[in-house]
Amino acid sequence: MAQKTMIQAITEALATELKNDENVVVFGEDVGNNGGVFRATEGLQAEFGEDRVFDTPLAESGIGGLAIGLALEGYRPVPEIQFFGFVFEVMDSIVGQAARTRYRMSSTRNLPITIRAPFGGGVHTPELHSDNLEGLMAQSPGIKVVIPSNPYDAKGLLISAIRDNDPVIFLEHMKLYRSFREEVPEEAYTIPLGKAAVAKEGTDVSIITYGAMVRESLKAAENLEKEGISVEVIDLRTVAPLDIETIIASVEKTGRVVVVQEAQRQAGVGAAVMAEISERAVLSLEAPIMRVAAPDTVFPFGQAENIWLPNATDIEAKVKEAYNF
Amino acid sequence: MGQSIQNKAGLTDQDFLNIYQKMWDIRLFDEKVETLFLAGKIHGTTHLSIGQEATAAGSGYLLRPTDWITSTHRGHGHSIAKNTEMNQMMAELFGRENGTNNGKGGSMHIADLDKGNLGSNGIVGAGYPIAVGAALSSQMQGKDQVTICYAGDGSTNEGSFHEALNLASIWQLPVVFFIENNQYGMSSSIKEMVNIPHLSERGAAYGIEGVTIDGNDIVAVVDATYQAIEKAKKGRGPTLIEAKTYRFKGHSKSDQRIYRTREEELHWETNHDPLQLTEKLLIQAGILTKEASQQIEANRKEAVEQAVIFAEAGTLPAASALYENVYVD
Ligand SMILES: Cc1ncc(C[n+]2csc(CCOP(=O)(O)OP(=O)(O)O)c2C)c(N)n1
Ligand SMILES: [Mg+2]
Repeated sequence: MAQKTMIQAITEALATELKNDENVVVFGEDVGNNGGVFRATEGLQAEFGEDRVFDTPLAESGIGGLAIGLALEGYRPVPEIQFFGFVFEVMDSIVGQAARTRYRMSSTRNLPITIRAPFGGGVHTPELHSDNLEGLMAQSPGIKVVIPSNPYDAKGLLISAIRDNDPVIFLEHMKLYRSFREEVPEEAYTIPLGKAAVAKEGTDVSIITYGAMVRESLKAAENLEKEGISVEVIDLRTVAPLDIETIIASVEKTGRVVVVQEAQRQAGVGAAVMAEISERAVLSLEAPIMRVAAPDTVFPFGQAENIWLPNATDIEAKVKEAYNF
Repeated sequence: MGQSIQNKAGLTDQDFLNIYQKMWDIRLFDEKVETLFLAGKIHGTTHLSIGQEATAAGSGYLLRPTDWITSTHRGHGHSIAKNTEMNQMMAELFGRENGTNNGKGGSMHIADLDKGNLGSNGIVGAGYPIAVGAALSSQMQGKDQVTICYAGDGSTNEGSFHEALNLASIWQLPVVFFIENNQYGMSSSIKEMVNIPHLSERGAAYGIEGVTIDGNDIVAVVDATYQAIEKAKKGRGPTLIEAKTYRFKGHSKSDQRIYRTREEELHWETNHDPLQLTEKLLIQAGILTKEASQQIEANRKEAVEQAVIFAEAGTLPAASALYENVYVD
């Protein structure tokens, strides 16, 4: 098995599904000959042809609408939004249309759309390019929101997303694209959507997190282990709908929980997780539910993101607070 | 000083020398930016206007401080032409407190309201309706004020372009849509992205006069912009200018430029370099010598070096600044 980066795993997943199902089509801005800003679609047009992998004009709402029309007629579109910060241009297609189409049509049609987009902080891209906007999407029943935290999951989750018959927003954290490698099998495999993973088992405190914060949380957990605190790390993988069962099982086991997200505090996925825990497991808690998140301000420019973004040190401190409560 | 170069705006020889100097500012500023970026001194991303100096310098020169512009991700040239200080621009790129946006915006968000610069933009096409709103305010308040909305060829496929043109037309607003058609989006050739020979034709769909000009010909830029501005001032509504040009560099960092040939690039650099063309024009008109031209280049290079010194002397915003200005208080 070869060691691969997350971007390689993603390209491989796309190639696998293009090969596997002739209805899969990949399109977006600069994804064809150019292979995408981060090279996620590199070589795919050459291999599968311009009918299967093609460039669109700069027209995000067009890209979203195209996907819906194609999907209603039996295709399995995998459009790319060049950066997720450009999602506002295509919001109606996603939230106003795709999310509700199954409901409106009483399931007479599938909507197997997978919208891929890079996002996330830590690589000094400016403001909108870095924003964590998963919370916006998570508020819309009818779409699934998937965020892989490593190369292996990225491939399996993307294949599942493409094969899934509902619209999926597949968010790829830019910092994870090339920062580490992992063994990723050549062949196709799936990881179920809507299912969280126990990234590390522990007994004292549960960290519930996703995306780039999984690595930070594991780093924190490793340090805390040396101090005798046993930390469990839950990687949500799908942030909407939430895998409540896995979350609650972990909380019931440890009785202490820290929710960690890169996004700003207000509303968002972390808040939803906290609310679910307080509704369902409050009697298992030995400490208040705690949270590590970015502040409720605009994503900062340049080096300032180093101060702004949550990291392993912040997580460690918060876990200790929960542990010592 | 005389008026050796025929033009519709009545610009004098001195005006053309001023414009030529601005063009050097833009060229040298962005060349420096490229070097600094590659050296890791500037973060984020940068889009250079090298090769597109005539469009910004020629059109911006005709605006008064009270006139407005909206700009794009490729906006350094527009800001320089609208007289934003290079010192503050460079400081902004360095993320320093003494930058145009106090180091909080970076290359794609440079704005300078005192100079009439409503802001560059990281979102392609976002400037169109903002420019229309500004122009509507001028009209509602009866102000003698024009807005130039700069945008790229690729952006004319965004919905915002079409909404904005229609709005500007039905209300006959004092706005000039200035499309710098450098023939590519990021990697896509505009020829494959629209099915018409000239983007200016799109004006007709909205009842807006459209013109296509050679954007590397400074006189053509001055003439077309002047006419559009005069029309806007007289209350006769918007104009769509399509200025054909070429970006000499890649779209942004790490662009291998596989979507165009080296021959094509060489052709534009050799035959359509706006700085060479303008220099030649001014020398032929007898208002510039080769030596004076070199002197201008050297002076402006020094000004850019000063901008870097200014930027590097600036401090990074305090951590507390990240928490300010989100709401009124
Ligand atoms: C809404 C939106 N979509 C995509 C992008 C990414 N992007 C930035 S610039 C660019 C190409 C723009 O082409 P054009 O309008 O011709 O301007 P140019 O870069 O040539 O100056 C793209 C695709 C973006 N910033 N905003
Ligand atoms: Mg262009």
